[in-house]
Amino acid sequence: METAEIIQNTGGVIGVSWLMIALPLLGAVVLLLGGRRTNGWGHLLGVAMSVASFVVAVVAFIEILGLAEDQRRQAVPLYDFIPGLAKMGLLIDPLSICFALLITGVGSLIHIYSIGYMSHDPDRRRFFAYLNLFVAAMLLLVLADNYVGLYIGWEGVGLASYLLIGFWQHKPSAATAAKKAFIVNRVGDFGLAIGIFTIWTTFGSVAYGPVFEVAGQADQGVLTAIGLLLLLGACGKSAQLPLQSWLLDAMEGPTPVSALIHAATMVTAGVYLVVRSGAIYFHAETAQFVVTIVGVATLLAGAIIGCAKDDIKKALAGSTMSQIGYMMLAAGLGPVGYAFAIAHLITHGFFKANMFLGAGSVMHAMNDEVDMRKYGGLWPVMKVTAVTFLTGYLAIIGFPLLSGYFTKDGIIEATMHVNPVLGWLAVAGAGITGFYMSRVMFMTFFGKRRWAEDAHPHESPAVMTIPLIILSVGSVFLGAFLILSNRLTLFLAPAVGRPKDLLEFHWNSTPGLVTLALVAAGVALAWVKYGRAEVPQVAPRGSFLTTFARRDLYGDALNESLFMRPGQWLTRIAVFFDNRGVDGLVNGLAAGIGGTSGRLRRLQNGFVRSYAMSILFGAAVVVGALLYVGTM
Amino acid sequence: MNEIAAPTIEYGQLAPMLLVFGAAILGVLVEAFAPRYMRKAIHVPLTLLALVGSFALVLVQVFVNGVPTAPSAMGAVAVDGPTLFLWAVIAVLAFVSVLLINDEDNFVAQASAVPGSIEEEDAEVAGMSQTEVYPLVLFAVGGMLLFAASNDLLIMFVALEVMSLPLYLLCGLARRRRLLSQEAAVKYFLLGAFSSAFFLFGMAFVYGYAGSVDLSAIHQALPNVGGQDTLLVVGTALLGVGLLFKIGAAPFQAWKPDVYQGAPTPITALMASGTLVAAFGAVLRVFWVALGGFEWDWRPVMWGVAILTMVVGAILAITQTDIKRMLAYSSIAHAGFLLTGVIATGGPEQNQNALSGLLFYLLAYGITTVGAFAIVTMVRDAGGEAGHLSRWAGLGKRSPMLAGIFAFFLLAFAGIPLTSGFFGKYAVFSAAVAGGVLPLVIVGVVTSAIAAFFYVRVIVLMFFSDPAADGPSVAAPTIGTATVVAVAAAATVVLGVFPEPMLDLANKAAATLFVR
Repeated sequence: METAEIIQNTGGVIGVSWLMIALPLLGAVVLLLGGRRTNGWGHLLGVAMSVASFVVAVVAFIEILGLAEDQRRQAVPLYDFIPGLAKMGLLIDPLSICFALLITGVGSLIHIYSIGYMSHDPDRRRFFAYLNLFVAAMLLLVLADNYVGLYIGWEGVGLASYLLIGFWQHKPSAATAAKKAFIVNRVGDFGLAIGIFTIWTTFGSVAYGPVFEVAGQADQGVLTAIGLLLLLGACGKSAQLPLQSWLLDAMEGPTPVSALIHAATMVTAGVYLVVRSGAIYFHAETAQFVVTIVGVATLLAGAIIGCAKDDIKKALAGSTMSQIGYMMLAAGLGPVGYAFAIAHLITHGFFKANMFLGAGSVMHAMNDEVDMRKYGGLWPVMKVTAVTFLTGYLAIIGFPLLSGYFTKDGIIEATMHVNPVLGWLAVAGAGITGFYMSRVMFMTFFGKRRWAEDAHPHESPAVMTIPLIILSVGSVFLGAFLILSNRLTLFLAPAVGRPKDLLEFHWNSTPGLVTLALVAAGVALAWVKYGRAEVPQVAPRGSFLTTFARRDLYGDALNESLFMRPGQWLTRIAVFFDNRGVDGLVNGLAAGIGGTSGRLRRLQNGFVRSYAMSILFGAAVVVGALLYVGTM
Repeated sequence: MNEIAAPTIEYGQLAPMLLVFGAAILGVLVEAFAPRYMRKAIHVPLTLLALVGSFALVLVQVFVNGVPTAPSAMGAVAVDGPTLFLWAVIAVLAFVSVLLINDEDNFVAQASAVPGSIEEEDAEVAGMSQTEVYPLVLFAVGGMLLFAASNDLLIMFVALEVMSLPLYLLCGLARRRRLLSQEAAVKYFLLGAFSSAFFLFGMAFVYGYAGSVDLSAIHQALPNVGGQDTLLVVGTALLGVGLLFKIGAAPFQAWKPDVYQGAPTPITALMASGTLVAAFGAVLRVFWVALGGFEWDWRPVMWGVAILTMVVGAILAITQTDIKRMLAYSSIAHAGFLLTGVIATGGPEQNQNALSGLLFYLLAYGITTVGAFAIVTMVRDAGGEAGHLSRWAGLGKRSPMLAGIFAFFLLAFAGIPLTSGFFGKYAVFSAAVAGGVLPLVIVGVVTSAIAAFFYVRVIVLMFFSDPAADGPSVAAPTIGTATVVAVAAAATVVLGVFPEPMLDLANKAAATLFVR
């Protein structure tokens, strides 16, 4: 795998790229420490910091474009972080700048949208503080030039995610969901931490440059272990099987959070980790193969879950899982898939954020109702939302010439190239996507109005619709821009390696045509079931398969019986032993010491004569003892 | 007729001490000549300046003139690395203690008035104050400086008295609960005199053995004089009794809780920090400078004393119900830990590690102690300081900041990492392990665990109990008290997080060892 050399930065905007992280971090600090005093203008500061960070990213991006290809990976050293272990520094290269642009760009749009969405919330300032914290942590994650920095960002986004899922902590469901996300992520983070420890003991460094340089010389077994451990971390953060269960519950958070963290950016961190560690996976084929398996399994599981959810956000969350499964699959293919993984990640960031914000706009209009069975026929009353949602919908199902069409097709083609079985499964997933996304579309905007009696839907204010419009433009055109003439592949080549042979886009390839046919069939089926037919307000019982999907493929049941109940038993046993055995011993000892103390205390009777006596007695003992020692 | 040769005295080397004594004498003159209403305004700057000056002169000695390599003043005073370090520590501790003493609410208006009498009331109404406190403190501090530096048993005895006599008086000057305070003063005086007699008696025995009271001369006499061992043994034991009394080692600890409780809290702070530091300086001098070749005889006994001190201090603290008594027993336990360091001081290279650990411990413990007592002065109810522990219940809910800092000090006493207490204990115990006194270290660690119980109990009481309805109020601190708390907290953090520079300094101080 050939990547460009990492060179030392010599100034320019890239030299101050730490500003990207520092600005939102400053915003978070000011808003959190400033307290209520900042309530009045807190949201504006939050937006300003995010936008400023975006501006820095754009200028740095332009600077990179102006450089020769072998100059495009620049290390920006910051300070000696842990002497002897890690120097903290940033790595600005095509890969990290893509993420920085996505995070700050989509992030800024969602910040702006949140001004409107959270306008009635008394805690809006705290919300923006957490959003800024998230942006800073996520940028550290993707910009750090070593695994320790990545890990700090990784935990930082985990913290922000926890805080934001549980933002309405007065709702028990939100508090529980936040805890669940945190605990499930703990499993993944544990894997990542051990993976980083293994990297340190194997290579003697945690910085990307030195590690990747010698990655091939390490033992095959160790490399596989590292690859699998990193994958475990990626599964936790990116909600891939078997650590997917938290993402659906995470929809308890405010909708902009679902859009930014649980759709567009944070959940793609796992994909970033796998792509960034490409040099390690290059030499660990087993681990790489496992990555593709996880990706395919998740893309199908997410799609099936998405088919059965009546909660609009949960249906979208299932689709997020599924789409990240596509990215993971591509990331497991090696250099041939990396560019498609990132391209799909970027376009997905746009169209999924677009649809989530659209869903938020609908909820805003419908008194926070999330059940799609209570929607229907909304398009005449909220045209901007409906049209922008439509573009996102068309993009995700892969409607020709829209973003998803190019990026998903790229992934399918690349998979066919490597492993046709997985390729056909990905095609099947695309068909299911056509069905469940159409179901969401029809149930929400078309068909009969099934609104609650007190619902008076209206279009959202401009501060919410303008970000929707911008995102929808991205949903429409970005895919073609990135994929045609291999633009993104060539741009990323210095960072992730150039594939052996470039895949050209063909509109008439067999898998592409089959995909289109399956998607059309899925849309048609959805039209029959949810567009033309009456949608009952109460969900019918459904078949075994529906129940299976509604219960998230029994993921929670599995976790509960495999981990939670044995864990509870273990705790009970430990408590029992602690109470009877350990405490008994400790309490007995404490009682003994306490009793001694009480008895000795009586010697302290307050009479100076007894004190003098004790001194005399002590002196006699000391003299006697010294004399005794002297005779020995 | 023999002429008495005029002694040569290196005034420069003694300057830090002479400055304090000079200021003390000036203070007496102020008492004699300045009008009553002006005295305090003169005393406070004078006292603080003297202590700052003393500290500065120590720095000048260390960094400009260099550490002397031979005893000064005809061999009577040894100004060496450890002495200079201890001098600096004592000056700092005395400075912060004086800031506390400056808080006038702690001292009686007129000491001569009978408690509860009309004269007392009149004096209070007239706003009188016993400004003699300041020169007395300076004399005591001067005594401490000399005590830690004496290279001669006679000088050491004089220093002991110069240090102790003002403290006896100061103990009786509490503004509230005056009878308890006066009782403490009398007890301290009687027992102090008693122990001084032991010291003096021991000195006579040692003189009988060595023919000199000069520590260096005693050291030289050790291997040469045969057949007189009993004199030396009894002398060592009795000298030890006198010194161990001052540091409050068991079984000579009985005075400590009573005196700490009765004395005005700022004076308790001065005694618990400054006196302890000075007394350890003297212990090191007697037992290593004079009796350095004799350790095979005195070490086993010292082992017993150290173990007993740690155990008694830790165990008795558990059942204490008064905060100042609890801190007194905690101070006894810490004296035991410090004795472990004294015993661990051994061969040349071992000397250095144990000694520097000891020096660091003294600094860390002293400054945290002053901070803790400063907080004790701030928690008050109608009858003055709220001493009883039950009154501290729920303090964390009323003044979280204050209770938080106090909890931090307690954790430092317990030796929790990231506090100065941890590194103090670590330095002393690790040197002790290297010095072959592992059993003592095991006892030290076990008693530390016991001690952690009563420290944490106070924290639990402050933060997890409901406050009493008529609970004590927290006085708004004066600038002085607030400064003391802030300085002590900062020092406890800094020495706990970045102990390196101070450990280096202690290492350098210990590197030259003692001059003989």
